[in-house]
Amino acid sequence: MDKYVCTVCGYVYDPALGDPDSGIKPGTKFEDIPDDWQCPVCGASKSDFEKE
Amino acid sequence: MKSVEIAKGIYDVGVNDWNIMDFHGHSTHRGSSYNAFLIVDEKIALIDAVKKEFADELIENISRIIDPSKIDMVISNHTEMDHSGGLARVMHRIGENKPLYCSKMGQKNLSLHYPQNWNYHPVENGETLSLGKHTLSFMETRMLHWPDSMFTYLKEEKILFSSDAFGQHYAGFEKFDDMMTDDIMPHAKKYFANILLPYAPLILKLLDQVAAMGLDIRMICPDHGIIWRKDPGKIIDAYARWGRQDTLRKAVVVYDTMWHSTERMADAIAAGLNAEGVAVAPMSLKKHDRSDIMMEVLDARAVVVGSPTMNNGLFPTLGDFLTYMKGLKPKNKIGAAFGSYGWSGESVKLISQELEAMKFELVDSGVRVQYVPDQAALDACFALGQKIGRAI
Repeated sequence: MDKYVCTVCGYVYDPALGDPDSGIKPGTKFEDIPDDWQCPVCGASKSDFEKE
Repeated sequence: MKSVEIAKGIYDVGVNDWNIMDFHGHSTHRGSSYNAFLIVDEKIALIDAVKKEFADELIENISRIIDPSKIDMVISNHTEMDHSGGLARVMHRIGENKPLYCSKMGQKNLSLHYPQNWNYHPVENGETLSLGKHTLSFMETRMLHWPDSMFTYLKEEKILFSSDAFGQHYAGFEKFDDMMTDDIMPHAKKYFANILLPYAPLILKLLDQVAAMGLDIRMICPDHGIIWRKDPGKIIDAYARWGRQDTLRKAVVVYDTMWHSTERMADAIAAGLNAEGVAVAPMSLKKHDRSDIMMEVLDARAVVVGSPTMNNGLFPTLGDFLTYMKGLKPKNKIGAAFGSYGWSGESVKLISQELEAMKFELVDSGVRVQYVPDQAALDACFALGQKIGRAI
């Protein structure tokens, strides 16, 4: 599973860890995250992420 | 303000903004300063460029040291307009084609502020730049506190130009920590609580990174307030503490009131907290600015929030405060709600929902009082204060 990086703040989404604070369970592929999910660090949209 | 030589050939050429009392919604009772730094070496560099209204004063300060047109390059550590507003004036004066060093996000953000097609030199994290005898290195510090933020480190003098980090809104002729008592610390704390708190986890990461790099820091030069040279470790330790959001045996009771009922409840809750040995002060939103309250929230374990019910909702100042606090993402808090009402009484539920959304642990479902609290109601408030006190 690919990691994705936020182009605004540099936060890296690691599918192995997910983003439990926003209800994204560990093991969730980036592609499977809902479109209204936001970067947990800076609040940028999912579309601001690029494959690492 | 006259420039100050902070090390041989290195000057603070920034300005004091004595009369700013409201910095985009953050109260600045002692004004602020916009620091900018000039390094005179074989090549001359200016770090940051103050707020637009002070650009002439910046140029005057530089002119007392060197002819500004001799500046070879500008380094922009942060795009926000209190540090870049003077850039247009500076670039015009020194030559529009002089290189402008900034982070990658700095180039993007500066070009979204200013139409000039400046000679941008975006730097990589860790990139170095020689001025002759001095070497600068750049450290990306994204989201501390904007995407463009970076630090510039001067290796030979061990000076860290830290942009907004470690700053304080304070205008004074004292330019160094050793010219002041600990009175400067609340200004640094308020700055952290209102500007950097949402990025507290990144602060901790950065401090670890700096420790791992073995970066020797003799002096920290922030873009606001005094320079830390007597004991830079003191502000670094404070940032570690605030970044971890360590709490004290302390509570903040924040409220507003229409006919003094919610106020009397606040006082009774505070008395109950005090009876459990908790340091507490009730803070009325009519009298205390949101940013002063946030400074107290930073190291409080409990935040107790009270509002009368007005037109089936919150009193408007509570909407302001809760929105503000939510954005700052405080962690490790417990809380509860209280409030008086006339006939419907939604405020306690609304506050509780907001606190839960902020991941506060609610100690109690809260106390609601119709119209005016009687002795039994005040006793219930006192008991709520005690219950919260025991949970701290």
